[in-house]
Amino acid sequence: MSVLYVVVPLAVLFALIGIIGFIWAARGGQFDDTDTPAHRMLHDDDD
Amino acid sequence: MSTLTSSDSLSVAPPPLPVSAATLCTHCGLPVPTGLIRAGEPAQFCCHGCETAFSLISSCGLEKYYAIRDELQAPTKAVRASDRSFAEFDDAAFRTLHVSGSPGEACSVELFLAGVHCSACAWILERLPRLAPGVLEARLDLRRSLIRVTWDDGAIKLSRIARVLDAIGYRPHPARDARSRGVRIAEDRRQLIRLGIAGACAANVMLFALCLYAGLFDTIDTGHQQMFRWISMGFTVLSLAWPGAIFFRSAWAAVRARAAHLDVPIALALAAGGVWSVIATVRGHGEIYFDTVSVLVFALLVGRFFQARQQRSAADAVELLFSLTPASARRVEGDIVRDVPIEAVRAGDVLEVLAGESMPVDGRVVSGRSLVDESLLSGESRPIDVGVGSPVAAGSVNISSALHVRVDAIGERTRIGKLMRLVEDASCRKAPIVAWADKASSWFTLGMLGLAGLTLAVWLILNPATAVEHAVALLVVTCPCALGLATPLVLTIAHGRAARLGMLIKGGDVIQRLTTPGIVYLDKTGTITLGRLSVVAWDGTDESRALASALEEHSSHPVARAVRDFAGPAEGRRVERVHQITGGGIEGLVDGRRVLVGSPEHVFARVAPDAGSRSRASACAAQGLTPIAVAVDGRLAAIVSLGDAVRPEAADVIADLKRRGWRVGVLSGDHPDVVRRVAAQVGIAETDARGGMSPEAKLAVVREAQQAIGTRGTVVMVGDGVNDAAALAAAGVGVAVHGGAEASLAAADVYLSRPGLGSIAELLDGSRRSLGAIKRNLWASLGYNVIAGGLAVLGLINPILAAIVMPISSLTALGLTLKARTFAPPVAPTFRGAR
Repeated sequence: MSVLYVVVPLAVLFALIGIIGFIWAARGGQFDDTDTPAHRMLHDDDD
Repeated sequence: MSTLTSSDSLSVAPPPLPVSAATLCTHCGLPVPTGLIRAGEPAQFCCHGCETAFSLISSCGLEKYYAIRDELQAPTKAVRASDRSFAEFDDAAFRTLHVSGSPGEACSVELFLAGVHCSACAWILERLPRLAPGVLEARLDLRRSLIRVTWDDGAIKLSRIARVLDAIGYRPHPARDARSRGVRIAEDRRQLIRLGIAGACAANVMLFALCLYAGLFDTIDTGHQQMFRWISMGFTVLSLAWPGAIFFRSAWAAVRARAAHLDVPIALALAAGGVWSVIATVRGHGEIYFDTVSVLVFALLVGRFFQARQQRSAADAVELLFSLTPASARRVEGDIVRDVPIEAVRAGDVLEVLAGESMPVDGRVVSGRSLVDESLLSGESRPIDVGVGSPVAAGSVNISSALHVRVDAIGERTRIGKLMRLVEDASCRKAPIVAWADKASSWFTLGMLGLAGLTLAVWLILNPATAVEHAVALLVVTCPCALGLATPLVLTIAHGRAARLGMLIKGGDVIQRLTTPGIVYLDKTGTITLGRLSVVAWDGTDESRALASALEEHSSHPVARAVRDFAGPAEGRRVERVHQITGGGIEGLVDGRRVLVGSPEHVFARVAPDAGSRSRASACAAQGLTPIAVAVDGRLAAIVSLGDAVRPEAADVIADLKRRGWRVGVLSGDHPDVVRRVAAQVGIAETDARGGMSPEAKLAVVREAQQAIGTRGTVVMVGDGVNDAAALAAAGVGVAVHGGAEASLAAADVYLSRPGLGSIAELLDGSRRSLGAIKRNLWASLGYNVIAGGLAVLGLINPILAAIVMPISSLTALGLTLKARTFAPPVAPTFRGAR
């Protein structure tokens, strides 16, 4: 089971990448308006 | 939304309106008046505004808007374009305040739009670059009704963009306070990041905790166990150091200020659990509480996140109303009149104020004669006559005709500006109410520390090796997490439900204050009464009523509107040779008969009255009503009493308040006689009806009452005007009613968005039930803590038990909250606010 010493830290690394990605997205304003994009994508097909 | 089709209209009786049910406006879907139907044309319009909007939209190839809108069955409204030039949007002063980017280059601005409601709006507005070439991008924030426009300043002027928005039915207003909104957005983002990190850490720690617990029952390799413990520690330390730091900071601040705050016991539990677990990990043996600690941080942050969001959306809604008030003025520059932003106006300028507009400044009339409604400032319900030389105050409304006004004072130096300073003062001095949970927290902290000491002492005697461990277990398991969640959860849900019922609650302590009866002070004009002139009694023939109404169709005077509303629409009468007598009345020929409507002095001078009419007119004036006389063919036909009519539900609401143990009083700026008459009508004792009050006097009365009543009751002020704003801010709870002035909205704790007083009873009921729910939650979590604390003293709590029991207590709080009836949904469909 020594593979766990590689796999688990790797999983933790992925988790940290996820957290950093979330911080980057939140700082970039991706979550400022959570209502309008849902409407926008419904009608975006024509242009 | 109207769903009438041509086949339906055959089986349904035609409505009594002069419209054809089969013809609906192509733009807004409302019925088209018969006079405007164009035979044989596919597109039909109910008004000019809709026609303009339709031709603009279709000429840019955006007809798909209608398909999207119909698919959504969105409510529609006829376009009421204001036909304004929006020239002030191009002014340098406006640019420095609201626009980013320099002239001639790509610029951007944020505008509030009136009338945004669905995704069809988002669709059409984000195609603004096609409607107004030169616009580079338009992004709409649907929830806040805020559009961000980026345009090429060399290709198109902002005023032109504003006119396009206005033409398709979304009137633009500059968004105020861009800077404070920036700060708020940054704070929102920080809060979301904290929540995200805490959530991710808690989830990861729980995964490893699951492995470790499984290892307790089965076997686990020591190397794996150590790795999992170290990784859990890493995540927990991250969680405590970043998102969890707010609890430590706030607890430290509370300790330094020697104030009671729930964050103190929370921080104590987090610190005890965290430090102990870190030591255990480093030493390589001993119990760890990383899972419980990181979940605690996450759960507490969730409660705070929802609470902040709820208060934010109430603040947003109020801010939107703010921005809809005009912030421009029309400056007279020689022969031309130019729209300028209010910030560009200087003392000594001459401004034009049209009928129906509000005064942007304090000043003196230099030309024109009109009626001015000062009720917002003074509470006086009767409009006053102004002529050359008369002073006018900012915030009052010009009713009948255009005026030129020389500016004396702007902004903070106006009377209204000074009042606003009083409002700020009063809100600062409002005594803070200490939340129950905070009040309990100092006892709680002492209890926790006492029990921990006891545990330590007992186990030092019984088994010294495990003494510290049991004390730590006690501190962790008695963390008042459910207690911390109980209040925010209930408040969030209650405020959300109240908002759906048209009650925007801004403060967290409003609900608690409203459950201790004290005194309710009501403003008169616009609160107990409708706030506009209407006919109270018509002493004359029915014929005089119809004739006067037909004649008054030709006047915009408030008296004329009152007469029309009372007599109903005058159909098919021929009105000729109408002549307005300024300050006197109106006369003309109706169906060939000479009709004169005006003030008794004026009419009596032309038509000899009998003694009865004269005394009726003076009796009417003595009651605080406005009399007018109607003459037909040279003979007196009617004496009409006009007044500010009492709202139909006022008497019931006041009786209901009294039944609940509240004392009810009136504070009004109007004449004491009028106030007494209205008070008697709605059942308020004469001693509690106070008239002739200045805004400062209202503030003093509310402060005095607050001091006299202390903590035994709450002083509630209900009002709508600027003259109430200071009193609203000083009162325990300030309630602004529908249609109130901007200042009163800012000062009040509650804003009722449905017209009338009916919501007040609902507000009190809802508050009582919400407080009940909070108390139940607090007792439940206290009970849990007592049991868990008892087990910990006995040394029965281990990390697994802590990890299981802790979420159960939070879930109990959540379940109790969701089940509680706080603000009930409306029973019967009542009339709703137009906004």
